[in-house]
Amino acid sequence: MAISTPAEVPAEVEIVPAAEVPEVELYHAKSWVTKYVFSQDAKVIAIQYSFTAIAIGLVALVLSWLMRLQLGFPDSFSFIEPGDYYQFITMHGMIMVIYLLTALFLGGFGNYLIPLMVGARDMVFPYVNMVSYWVYLLAVLVLVASWFVPGGPTGAGWTLYPPQAILSGTPGAEWGIVLMLVSLALFIVGFTMGGLNYVVTVLQARTRGMSLMRMPLTVWGIFVATILALLAFPALFVGAVMMTLDRLLGTSFFMPAIVALGEHLEYGGGSPLLFQHLFWFFGHPEVYIVALPAFGIVSDLLSVHARRHIFGYRMMVWAIVAIGGLSFVVWAHHMYVSGMNPWFGFFFATTTLIIAVPTAIKVYNWTLTLWKANIQFTVPMLFAIAFIVTFLNGGITGLFLGNVVVDVPLSDTMFVVAHFHMVMGVAPILVIFGAIYHWYPLITGRMFNEALGQFHFWVTFVGAYTIFLPLHYLGFLGVPRRYFEMGETSFIPESAQTLNEFVTVVALIVGFAQLVFFFNMAWSAFKGKKAERNPWKACSLEWQTPEMPPGHGNFGETLPLVYRWPYEFGAPDVEEDFVPQNVPPDQVITKKGPEGLPGGAAVQPAE
Amino acid sequence: MAPPAATSTGESLARPEGWGGIVADWSSDQRTFKNVPWGKAMMWIFLLSDTFIFTCFLLSYMTVRMSTTVPWPNPSEIFALHIGGQPIPLILIAIMTFILISSSGTMAMAVNFGYRHDRVKSAILMLVTAAFGASFVGMQAFEWTKLIVEDGVRPWTNPFGAAQFGSTFFMITGFHGFHVSIGVIFLVIIARKVWRGDYDHGRPGYFTSRKGKYEAVEIMGLYWHFVDLVWVFIFAVFYLW
Repeated sequence: MAISTPAEVPAEVEIVPAAEVPEVELYHAKSWVTKYVFSQDAKVIAIQYSFTAIAIGLVALVLSWLMRLQLGFPDSFSFIEPGDYYQFITMHGMIMVIYLLTALFLGGFGNYLIPLMVGARDMVFPYVNMVSYWVYLLAVLVLVASWFVPGGPTGAGWTLYPPQAILSGTPGAEWGIVLMLVSLALFIVGFTMGGLNYVVTVLQARTRGMSLMRMPLTVWGIFVATILALLAFPALFVGAVMMTLDRLLGTSFFMPAIVALGEHLEYGGGSPLLFQHLFWFFGHPEVYIVALPAFGIVSDLLSVHARRHIFGYRMMVWAIVAIGGLSFVVWAHHMYVSGMNPWFGFFFATTTLIIAVPTAIKVYNWTLTLWKANIQFTVPMLFAIAFIVTFLNGGITGLFLGNVVVDVPLSDTMFVVAHFHMVMGVAPILVIFGAIYHWYPLITGRMFNEALGQFHFWVTFVGAYTIFLPLHYLGFLGVPRRYFEMGETSFIPESAQTLNEFVTVVALIVGFAQLVFFFNMAWSAFKGKKAERNPWKACSLEWQTPEMPPGHGNFGETLPLVYRWPYEFGAPDVEEDFVPQNVPPDQVITKKGPEGLPGGAAVQPAE
Repeated sequence: MAPPAATSTGESLARPEGWGGIVADWSSDQRTFKNVPWGKAMMWIFLLSDTFIFTCFLLSYMTVRMSTTVPWPNPSEIFALHIGGQPIPLILIAIMTFILISSSGTMAMAVNFGYRHDRVKSAILMLVTAAFGASFVGMQAFEWTKLIVEDGVRPWTNPFGAAQFGSTFFMITGFHGFHVSIGVIFLVIIARKVWRGDYDHGRPGYFTSRKGKYEAVEIMGLYWHFVDLVWVFIFAVFYLW
């Protein structure tokens, strides 16, 4: 494409070329239904994804209370049978990991933020994007339906290991497991439609001047996580198809010869380990599908609320890419106790520990971003800082579990529960809270209540530690996970039960404290103070839209031009402490006067 | 809309060399892949994802073939047809493979004529491709019928040996046949649009391309060649091994 250089611009100065793609014809909704229900606007789809994900996530939260009630006060609740307990565990895990976290980060934040942050009018295929949500909703409904079929939902544990997942004796082996597998397959189909949109939008639909290395880290995190999901979900899809066939047609993909209840079953010759490999080839990247968007979002929250550019932007990008790549070669560290050649254990332990390097780089860079920064202790910032702490905590216990010899004794204890709740439960949820508070003014046009937000933060953060720190200790004692009750276990002291009671009480309190959050969100949406434009004084494009909340097509008449990276905070000689991405260099107001410096001199090139 | 003028960003234009240049090119302004339409980029990424699905299927087939203790049936004998009283191994599969690979040839020609804006030839070649695809699916149906009705092969058991033989056969060829069938349907849809000249007029609707461009034909071609390529792998590791 020919680029015409305006005469007054020196040759060595970079030019934003003319638009490579002409303006697209957006679908304009004509009725209320096409505007808010069957909407093709990524922002509305994002809200739909978020509400659905949070609603089903609340179900999973209630399930965790029921589990804690049983663990804290065994034999006290007649409505919790051992079978129920396994159903609670399974549904809690699966809902939280897939239907809440994956859907909320990618379908929710991805849909809302990608087009706005890269300067696009919408996703590249809005219709496919709409279908993506409805397939996701169908997947959720199929999952919910498993509570209303004979035998109830599956109780196979969220990993759904065969052969037990489809054999009688496991709760939900009649209907529940089939609905679970169908729901997962639907989720993957729906996600693929959305995921292709996110990736192509980032790659091909950025506005002029928005190179990949000028994208906010939020978009980088969601982008790489989506690629991971597109390559990891196929393994789960295949596993789900084959297990459905094993269950419904009596094939033996995963089923060895088995005697159950004194009866020799028809199955034989399959490989249960095959399912574990397929599951974890999906399952480990899934951890990063949840973590990478959280990494990206937290980088932006820290930078904006510390009024300081993110430390080592390029390093942060490469760390995200490296973590994404490495996440595909570590999956068997979930299978040490399944038995494997010691050399494989060695290999997977090594790759697992190598992941700690880019991850540590990220933690150092977050910390260095805060170093001597002008930190504003806003509610989003509190959640972002809390994330660093909890993630570091969960990451370090991950180093324990990544080593074969340490993992084997700790495997299937509460230590594992504490580890993954810290690293991919609490940490990403804290980021989600921070992100919701941060972008709440953009989405609703109103401010949330600061005091309620602070209260919500402290209860959640302190509560999370109060719940999960004792679980590490219980794991060291040898308290197993997935047990309905301890019974007469002689090697576990009585005091473990006291701790369990304590954890249960705290979990209930922290759980109910989330009502404060929901009240705050709902009340502020109608009665909150009107938000001023760009209330956090951020540089990225989503705050620079002509309307707030952004309207249909996001950017009004013309798309913004991007002149710099999104972290231009506290530049020397500049009047304000931030320069948005779309302000031309000759319009940046300097301290020397409103006329500004000649083109480009006011702002140092981003590096 | 008049194209906006080029504008200065105030940054140095110095382009890095070596690896830095690769990064700079990939991360370059607006589009990573220059002159690649959105639909084409999306189809490539989808096919990458689909590759993982078929890879998982084929690796699972190899795994259960190793894990089963019952001997694996000999595909050359099972997939033989008696022609003139003489068993000819894999003859049907050979014909099916020939047809599918030929259909890739007609598809490539359709793409070529599409870019020459030769609507009629492009549409006819796509319909020929669809006909090849449909005959492939038809022969697959014949193969399935023969195995199920005459030989008594079922997904959960078969008279020749390991039960996983039937399980993997029906699952993998079924999934592939599903892909071919979807392809046939879309070939007909796109051929109709080419025939009507939708891509010359920029007619709105679904599976459109930019006005005057025949991108949709090429995107269709990408999918079709992929389905063809997958078949080569299925043929190699399932039938020949």
